[in-house]
Amino acid sequence: MELTEFVWLVTKALIMISVIMGCAAYAVLLERKVAAVIQGRPGPNRTKIPFLGNIPVIGPIITRLGLFQPAADGLKFLFKEDPFPKHVNALYYLLAPLIAFIPAMTTMIVLPVGVYTTEAGTLAPMVLANLDIGILFILAVSSLGVYGIILGGWSANSKYPFLGGIRASAQMISYELAMGLSLLPVFMWFGGSLNLFDIAQGQNELLFGFLPQWTIVYQPLSALIFLVALFAETNRLPFDMPESETDLVAGYNTEYGSFKFGLFFVGEYAHVIVGSGAFVLLFLGGWNIPFVTYPEGILGSMLSVSVFFFKVLALVFFFMWIRWTLPRFRYDQVMALGWQRLLPLAIANLVFYAILIALIEQF
Amino acid sequence: MATKLVERKPLSLAEQTYLPQIVTGLKITMKNMLKPPVTLEYPEERPEIPTGYRGVPTLVKDPNGREKCVSCQLCEFVCPPKAIRITPGEISEESENAHVEKAPREFEINMLRCIYCGYCQEVCPEEAIFLQDIYSLSGFSREEMVFKKKKLYEIGGTLPDNHFKWGKKKDAELSGNPHH
Repeated sequence: MELTEFVWLVTKALIMISVIMGCAAYAVLLERKVAAVIQGRPGPNRTKIPFLGNIPVIGPIITRLGLFQPAADGLKFLFKEDPFPKHVNALYYLLAPLIAFIPAMTTMIVLPVGVYTTEAGTLAPMVLANLDIGILFILAVSSLGVYGIILGGWSANSKYPFLGGIRASAQMISYELAMGLSLLPVFMWFGGSLNLFDIAQGQNELLFGFLPQWTIVYQPLSALIFLVALFAETNRLPFDMPESETDLVAGYNTEYGSFKFGLFFVGEYAHVIVGSGAFVLLFLGGWNIPFVTYPEGILGSMLSVSVFFFKVLALVFFFMWIRWTLPRFRYDQVMALGWQRLLPLAIANLVFYAILIALIEQF
Repeated sequence: MATKLVERKPLSLAEQTYLPQIVTGLKITMKNMLKPPVTLEYPEERPEIPTGYRGVPTLVKDPNGREKCVSCQLCEFVCPPKAIRITPGEISEESENAHVEKAPREFEINMLRCIYCGYCQEVCPEEAIFLQDIYSLSGFSREEMVFKKKKLYEIGGTLPDNHFKWGKKKDAELSGNPHH
């Protein structure tokens, strides 16, 4: 590999990481704001940075919006006292936040965020690595994140984190199956391609001239099962069994504080963002919107990226909206929903679409 | 006892999927999202204190600027947590309020003990002690939280008074019609 190419790749990776990290930080702010408006509060609106916050008109507005809050939160995570309990298994205790954080950041390398036209005139994805097994990579690597939670719960060597870790593992196993099975009809529909870019581009056309040909229109059940499993995989409410603060204090991260807790925290939000990205690419047409063809050149690429970003943001908002709407499931309900409802439903869905696609190909 | 059997209908198919219920819940939270916040932004915005609110107990002066308390010590006796301590004192002969005879030399309310019950205000025959609208109270030391007479008058101020009891008494005395 040439040096310039290598430098370019590293630069792209750094841009991607900083954007996702920034998004994760602001997702925390969004979460707090959404929680606040649903509960009739103003939310974080005091944090102010000197100079920036003192600009007339704009300064007070961004202070009210809480845009400086992520910086304050981040500083707090960095500079707070870092507790290190005596009773923990030190190696795994330190390793766990990293293991929870790294898979969430790794999955984004196969996530195309937009399109551009190459010199040859073909469309190409803006992605760090255009893997042919894209979605398999996401499924495989993002599931590794749960090891961080299990390790964190186990190495903390205390009751509640341990229970949280156990629950996380059980939940992961239960929902991973339904998640994978719900995706198979999507791949069959798009001619067996696992490449996220191909799948997103396959949803570019119109059905009967007016319906967007998004997968969610053809396969609503697959989308629903995948979405529910996504909630469970990212440990978001109503499936946040590993944390469930009402019965497990803070679950797997009870013994963690300051920066190590921050890693878990950012990892969770990065996970949510990447999961939303995958859902948008698979079911909501990626960067495609009906009746719109992007112009060539940099403008088209920018537009496609913004549309994709907007859809992901809307989905992240939906995650938060659900969180402040539904109460947490009981643990046995989570298991029953996973094994007795979603899994049979996913299998039935798979069989139905297998037959349907075979019939369509026949005639 | 008559037993009433409540009929439990089996869930319909739509209800079994939970989805319509979730959509209803989402609608409710969305409606809430569009409403303005119901909170007060405290240090800048203050709640409106209704009349009759039992805030910090204070000593008040009458419209002529005379201290109303005659150190009868009724409040000290009635105070359930024993937060009030009064040291009675004489009023000097030269003062124009000499006919009142007594005033507190020191009046202390230990705000760490006060339970804001309002008995002192209720029992006061001179309407000299009032629980007014101060509701936020803090200090850096225990000594600071024992309010002295000076501070009590400072935060109490003057309240309107229609009786002018001691003024009338003085007039009667001067016109040779003292009422003892």
